[in-house]
Amino acid sequence: MFTFTIRRLILSIPTLLFISLVIFLLLQLAPGDPMAQVPLTVPPEVKEKMRQALGLGEPIYIQYLKWLKQFFWLEPLYLIDHYLGTRLSWEWTPVSPLETAEQIARWRADGVLRETTAGLEVGSEQLRVISWQTRSPVMDIVAQRIPQTLWVVGVAYIVGILIALPIGIISAYKQYSWFDNAGTLVTMIGFSVPPFFSGVLVIVIFSVQLGWFPSIYDTTLVVNDWASFKKQLLQMFLPVMVLALQITSQISRFMRASMLDNLNQDYVRTARAKGLRERTVVMLHVLRNSMIPVITVIALGIPSIFGGAIITEQVFKVNGIGQLLITAIQANDLPMVQTLTFIFAVLIVLFNLIADVLYGVLDPRIRYD
Amino acid sequence: MTVKTMLLGAAASLAFVPMAYADGHEGERGRDGEVRIIYWQAPSILNPFLSGGTKDVESASMIIEPLARYNEKGELVAWLVDEVPTVENGGVSADLTQITWNITPGIKWSDGTDFTSADVKFTYEYCTDPEGGCAQVTKFEGVTSVETPDATTVVVTFDKPTPNPYGPFVGGESPILQAAQFANCMGAKAPECTDENFGPIGTGPFVVTDFKPNDVITMEANENFRHEGKPAFASVTFKGGGDATAAGRAVMETGEFDYAWNLQLAPDVIAEMEKGGKGTPVAGFGPLVERIMLNNTNPDPALGPDERSVIRPHPFLGDPAVYKALSMAIDRNLLVEVGYGQAGKVTCNWVPAPEAFNSTSMKCDVQDIAGANAMLEEAGYTDSDGDGIREHDGKPMKLLYQTSTNAVRQDFQALIKQWWSEIGIDAELRNINASVFFGGDPGSPDTFQKFYADVEMYANTFNGTDPQSYLGNGLCDKAPSPASQWQGENISRFCMEEYDALHAKLSETAGIEARAEIGKQLNDMIVENGGMIPLVHRGRLSAHANTMGGVVLNVWDSELWNVADWYRIGG
Amino acid sequence: MTEASQQTAPDAQATRNQWWDVWDQFKTHSGAMVGLVVFLIIVFGVFIGPFIWTADPQAIPSVVDMIKTRDFRPIYTALWDPSAKVSWANPLGTDNLARDNLARLMSGGRVSIAVGLTAMVLSIVLGSLIGVLAGYFKRMDGPLMRLTDLFLALPLLPLILVASLLFREPLANMFGTEGGIFVLIVSLIGITSWMQTARIVRGDVLALKEREFVLAARSIGTSDRNMITRHVLPNVMSPIMVSATLGIASAIITESALSFLGFGFPPDFPTWGRLLNDSVDRMVSYPERVIWPGTLISLTVLSVNYMGDGLRDALDPRIRGR
Repeated sequence: MFTFTIRRLILSIPTLLFISLVIFLLLQLAPGDPMAQVPLTVPPEVKEKMRQALGLGEPIYIQYLKWLKQFFWLEPLYLIDHYLGTRLSWEWTPVSPLETAEQIARWRADGVLRETTAGLEVGSEQLRVISWQTRSPVMDIVAQRIPQTLWVVGVAYIVGILIALPIGIISAYKQYSWFDNAGTLVTMIGFSVPPFFSGVLVIVIFSVQLGWFPSIYDTTLVVNDWASFKKQLLQMFLPVMVLALQITSQISRFMRASMLDNLNQDYVRTARAKGLRERTVVMLHVLRNSMIPVITVIALGIPSIFGGAIITEQVFKVNGIGQLLITAIQANDLPMVQTLTFIFAVLIVLFNLIADVLYGVLDPRIRYD
Repeated sequence: MTVKTMLLGAAASLAFVPMAYADGHEGERGRDGEVRIIYWQAPSILNPFLSGGTKDVESASMIIEPLARYNEKGELVAWLVDEVPTVENGGVSADLTQITWNITPGIKWSDGTDFTSADVKFTYEYCTDPEGGCAQVTKFEGVTSVETPDATTVVVTFDKPTPNPYGPFVGGESPILQAAQFANCMGAKAPECTDENFGPIGTGPFVVTDFKPNDVITMEANENFRHEGKPAFASVTFKGGGDATAAGRAVMETGEFDYAWNLQLAPDVIAEMEKGGKGTPVAGFGPLVERIMLNNTNPDPALGPDERSVIRPHPFLGDPAVYKALSMAIDRNLLVEVGYGQAGKVTCNWVPAPEAFNSTSMKCDVQDIAGANAMLEEAGYTDSDGDGIREHDGKPMKLLYQTSTNAVRQDFQALIKQWWSEIGIDAELRNINASVFFGGDPGSPDTFQKFYADVEMYANTFNGTDPQSYLGNGLCDKAPSPASQWQGENISRFCMEEYDALHAKLSETAGIEARAEIGKQLNDMIVENGGMIPLVHRGRLSAHANTMGGVVLNVWDSELWNVADWYRIGG
Repeated sequence: MTEASQQTAPDAQATRNQWWDVWDQFKTHSGAMVGLVVFLIIVFGVFIGPFIWTADPQAIPSVVDMIKTRDFRPIYTALWDPSAKVSWANPLGTDNLARDNLARLMSGGRVSIAVGLTAMVLSIVLGSLIGVLAGYFKRMDGPLMRLTDLFLALPLLPLILVASLLFREPLANMFGTEGGIFVLIVSLIGITSWMQTARIVRGDVLALKEREFVLAARSIGTSDRNMITRHVLPNVMSPIMVSATLGIASAIITESALSFLGFGFPPDFPTWGRLLNDSVDRMVSYPERVIWPGTLISLTVLSVNYMGDGLRDALDPRIRGR
């Protein structure tokens, strides 16, 4: 299993490079223009100049190689610099002998000068992956968005799983009981009602009519005491509820179906015949064997926590990663879309690998070698 | 310090309760605590020179200001200067090639340094740098130099007589940046200055404390603001994102926010929200017109990429009987009622505002299906095969009618399709995602510039109060074509020698009355000769909380132009 | 009963194939029968309904009538609100352009059900095929799963933009405007939603492959083809059924999102998802406009779910005849 994991990890590098290329080409091919949101009152010549300033005039392969370098080389260096105070991501040019003493003194004061064997050199940060909409480093914005995404989508996912597993197990164990039927009804309605409707519905009921919860998520809230924590809980409640309903629906259906399959297997009869307690039979033997599809679904879902929930985030103004992605797509902010989708791709590859490893743990008969 | 100011503000309002009621908007700076503003499009950058998007220009207008701006009536008012220069007061030279601005002495940047003419000159250099990609560079069109004889005087020289010299440094799109802050951000370095672009130092009533791009801006009152006792609010939360419905709801129904921008919603939806009782919608009218553009070229898909929507004429749309009938069949009153309510007016004009430019020669407010049918009948378009659709050259008269995706536009499409079917003209509807439709990607067949359809509907407007360059959108050489990479503003490909000549005359004419006269003739010419069918003169509808005072909706400049004067009623 | 009939009439075995057994079992499943009936009623309603209720879903009355007849409430509103604007001519009321809601629901249902079912079938077939192949044949596992990773990673919206750029016009020429968009939407939804099914099926097949009965079948020389159709596929039916049920709901909702964004059907073409979407803003004043399409989507999904349950039980030889 260990060699399998290592082999897959190494294999995932070319896979990811290929995925990044496909995404890049797809985005290049997609019709759209970063100037679409500039008002019609700005004339086309000016828009063309603005496009040039974004680097759109360069050949496609140069743009791609540039992105590769920025993402895989400069961004990690920058991260190291950020934490250790080093200057690995800087680029240094020798100071020209014609430079005035005044300028050199100013550089020295700014701390951008260094002494090498070749002489004085002046440094500056190299350009990171820059968003076209905001003209600022993409990764900074991503880092800014992660907390609210994790608070809302992450919590919803955990809540969803915690509710879904017991519902799925009980529904299967007591198939066609009132609990199972009620569960089916709720989960099916929960899945077939889209969040653009259910989100607005809970806002109308709980924010407008009852006034219990805020309808707009405050991303500037800092949780540092009991009162602000309570506020955070209140503003999370509605989006988490809407999202958790969707997640619960999906996972509980797979859990139920898989449990049903296993409850009728011979080994269950054998275990019961051996005189094992019913609880042990169900929770240990059946559950363990039923987890494979559920693990798959959960592993596919975890990257989407990071991907955010586009519609729910829009409805509640959570402004997490999902909202970032959709605004970037609408504004044709290619570096932002490319980076976000690529990070998403990394997570998908990683979690699918984890799922494959977990299959082997759950069912030792599964062998990949 | 903010807390202290707030406490002081609270104490002050307690101490002067009777006075506060008599005159609620006088008092100490920051007395009214926090104001919360929501824009359903989130600002991405606070430097309007690098973006040009309305959301960015307007959010930045709370921080950085121009020398003069337009008020709610479209009149120029002095902002950072003593008076608006005119020929009468000697501020504009008699030959109309020079304008001299006198900065009000004593104005300070929010960091405490003096605001000088050098900053103004720097702003000009910043925006006109060829590598900078400045979105507002047209504001500086024709400017040959910006001189600074002394610290409070700015002289702008144009290359030719300019009847309207109020382009540079006027209005929300052309604010002044601080030279000291942006000195290292010229040209190609502009996008690297993240801190500067996210937190410009300004002369305006508020200072950025935190900017989260595409999400939220927090600001606090500028301690160095030039007016005593303003702004009334100590801090601003400027939230972005979501949709217009949610923004309207947050102001009018839940009261979580104090001001919501540009609520493009159906009138019955707005009315329902107003019943929430927490806020009031306000409307204002600029020159924005929702119109149907008529394709003057042939968009037949059978034509090759170099000919489709390039070669003239259209098989039948160029016939006055056809485009007049199409226009007569439309009930504009109903369109206003269904789509815009108090934020819309019936118009027959391309330029319905300012008032002086609004032509009154055409009438179009009554639907006339019978008249339209008779006109088509007379022109020889008959329904020979009895399928309810008229034929032209043996082919049924069928129009592809496209627009951007938007609930109101789709309702309009359905209504107009129905009315056109009543005069025997069939319409096929298409809606296209706005970011594709309005994007200029020459590779996409679905952009509004390419116009691969017979008619298309959208809205357009112009900045400021002078429509000269906007009227230029009807010139023959502005038609998009493959040669120009499909760029160009003459979307309908309207082309008429008389129009071009008259427009040339406009650019040489001074004096508002004479200009308005020519403007109206140009307007009539393009509408009557089949360039477009104007539908609705659209206003801007925003909403403010009932506890907000001092809000004056301004469509000629940034909506937040007078945010310094906003205050909280009864508090 | 099945066993009895097999014993008494051995010659009937040839004519009576195993699908009759499945049907017999299916019939005894009350949930499945209710689901089937509800589903048939909905399908009948949306496909045959328009011949009985002949109002045009796209027709807008002339101006004077339109102002009078727009925003009618459903007829039953009169029961508790005598002042409500209702009319027998429009039993479910009219929308803000005076179009008949009942006719729009029927016409919308036709598109939604067609899109939902076709896209679901496409996605399930693709997903099961790739999942079974990857799980069963070790050599194909790597490439197919990397392909799955790739599809999972592709951003949906740009993909749709590119697809409609490349294929919209050729498809419209081939199948007509609406037909072309139907094919485009169905294939887009299908090819962007098979990955979950594929991963799940593969996971199950991996475990199944090591089970005793598979080893037994292999030891008697069963061909791969028979292995898959006889032994593997029937045993992964239940996750496939769940995916199918969930797939219908997602397809209907995705279609509405596409139309909403301007990549779908022409704007005057109602679908359930779109009716729901357009009415969200007016949900307080006109709750029926969200309740009806919402309920119909849920009912369709629920009925398919119960039918899936019944079918799964009927296909399971261990339960059949129990």
